[in-house]
Amino acid sequence: MSVLIFVDQTENHIKKSSYEVLTYGVKLAAQIGTNAEAIVLGTVNDDLSALGKYGVTKVHHVANETLNHVDAHVYTKVIEEAVAATNATVVVISHNTTGKAIAARISAKLKAGLVAGAIALPDTSNGFVVKKSVFSGKAFANVNIATAIKIISLNPNSFHVTSADGTATVETLNATVEAAKIKVTAVNKVSGEVPLSEADIVVSAGRGMKGPENWGMIEELAHELHAATACSRPVADADWRPHHEHVGQTGLQIAPNLYIAIGISGAIQHLAGVNRSKVMVVINKDPEAPFFKAADYGIVGDAFEVVPQLISEIKKLHNN
Amino acid sequence: MKILVCISKTPDTTSKIAFKDGNTKFDDAGVQWIINPSDEWNALVRALELKEKDASIVLHLISVGGADYDPIIRKALALGGDEAIRVNADSSDSYFIASQIAAVAKEGAYDLILTGKETIDYNGSSIGGFVAELIDVAYVSLATKFDLNGTVATIDREIEGGEETNEVSLPVVVSCQKGVAEQRIPNMRGIMAARTKPLKVVEPIAVDALTSLVSFELPPAKAGVKLVAADNVAELVRLLHEEAKAI
Ligand SMILES: Cc1cc2nc3c(=O)[nH]c(=O)nc-3n(C[C@H](O)[C@H](O)[C@H](O)COP(=O)(O)OP(=O)(O)OC[C@H]3O[C@@H](n4cnc5c(N)ncnc54)[C@H](O)[C@@H]3O)c2cc1C
Ligand SMILES: Nc1ncnc2c1ncn2[C@@H]1O[C@H](COP(=O)(O)O)[C@@H](O)[C@H]1O
Repeated sequence: MSVLIFVDQTENHIKKSSYEVLTYGVKLAAQIGTNAEAIVLGTVNDDLSALGKYGVTKVHHVANETLNHVDAHVYTKVIEEAVAATNATVVVISHNTTGKAIAARISAKLKAGLVAGAIALPDTSNGFVVKKSVFSGKAFANVNIATAIKIISLNPNSFHVTSADGTATVETLNATVEAAKIKVTAVNKVSGEVPLSEADIVVSAGRGMKGPENWGMIEELAHELHAATACSRPVADADWRPHHEHVGQTGLQIAPNLYIAIGISGAIQHLAGVNRSKVMVVINKDPEAPFFKAADYGIVGDAFEVVPQLISEIKKLHNN
Repeated sequence: MKILVCISKTPDTTSKIAFKDGNTKFDDAGVQWIINPSDEWNALVRALELKEKDASIVLHLISVGGADYDPIIRKALALGGDEAIRVNADSSDSYFIASQIAAVAKEGAYDLILTGKETIDYNGSSIGGFVAELIDVAYVSLATKFDLNGTVATIDREIEGGEETNEVSLPVVVSCQKGVAEQRIPNMRGIMAARTKPLKVVEPIAVDALTSLVSFELPPAKAGVKLVAADNVAELVRLLHEEAKAI
């Protein structure tokens, strides 16, 4: 028996969301009295034995470069064999773009029940009940998995990462890597910035900024906080900002530790993408803006006056 | 060329979320049902755009649900599509739903199966992956661009921190999100025509669900916003640092 944790990589480096699933999988293994092992696919430049810091005893590595790109079909076959090799009863995956590509496929292959978008450890006191986010963050559902093998995909930023001293043994897993059905002809990464889906802090702005020429202060604030930048939909629609920054029901759904919304009214479709954030700060000149109802902290004021002060106060904090 | 578009129904985005029957059912009193946004604006509209370019394309819609789905399916048919199939079953298990879609997909030998990126009520983002595995074809998730050249699809899809261009031979299952379709269908010009389009109701195949819904719950109420005066930004920074420990 074991809990098998899928460790995701991008461009030969372990993704941040993987540390979260590692922590989750290790806690889950302790809860059900088994050990936690990790699986890594593709060529990776990081030291895999260091994953032991998160509590896994063994790391299985399939270093085949076909696996450097996610082809759901190829990945599924490899994971199926890894599950058999490790005698896994639970597979844990991040509900990130990779998880969304592969989790259901693995579930169908193994006839293993899947809860997609889990936010907490399962309740194993009576069955195997996993809490997941539903209604775009406005509610939770408790879902029981009845099958012998269980699959959980964990919503990014919903579990606190912990680590300690430790090293894992790294073993090569000889798994069947089938020919890819998908040919990757181009990869277009937004480089040099914090990827929005993985950011701890997100600075987001809306139509209240009046025009793209005013985004300098938003970027500066984000830079000071090591944050990613985001925007409301009309801002992306008007091409003030790139489309990949658009958050909300029709854009990206994020759950950072801190979301700072500047000049955004807080329409329900916008909130649907951000209301799983731990702490929300709203800066808006209209005290009636609906966003204040969802926020934890707020300033009723003009962004053009408040944001520069915020930047200088944060600089002060960081210089102390 | 045969395309199958998966259509689900969801509560309108502005609906109040509440539950009944001991928190085991969504309380739909006063709720407006809509076509799930990414099914409508991304998957279906893209399929219609393809059909506009190539009239020989056969476009079918599929829903797995009870009779309460019919108004939504008619609405989708009014946007376009040749016929709809409803598998008469109600389930909270995505694997069950996907198995029904897969059975119809296999039977109909579709070249392209489009889903939305996720249902805004269940947020599984998983039906497409299930279907692809069940009929053993390629799966491209979270597409932001989709083009067809004969029997090869060129698809941009979201990956962490960027996008990737994929080339894949049909048949393929694709989950669609923003960007995939250019135009919006301006009005319901097809309402009358939709009434006469076939809506076939078929009975489900026998499938064991892999999961079951135990209960719903609402998040604890927020404590309410703490307002800081606009001329006291230092206080906000202090609160974020000391109280919220967020910076
Ligand atoms: C089906 C559907 C899907 C949608 N999906 C999304 C989505 O995914 N994401 C999304 O964001 N929206 C989405 N929308 C749109 C959404 O309903 C809102 O229209 C949109 O979020 C509003 O953007 P905004 O807050 O930037 O602009 P506005 O609503 O124009 O708000 C601007 C705010 O800025 C404030 N302001 C103005 N000047 C200043 C100043 N100097 N200082 C401080 N504050 C100022 C104003 O008080 C106001 O509250 C969707 C809508 C529909 C119908
Ligand atoms: N009951 C259903 N009937 C038909 N298609 C569905 C159904 N449920 C979900 N889908 C499709 O699968 C996609 C993903 O759904 P989900 O996995 O629930 O997020 C949706 O956007 C729809 O296109």
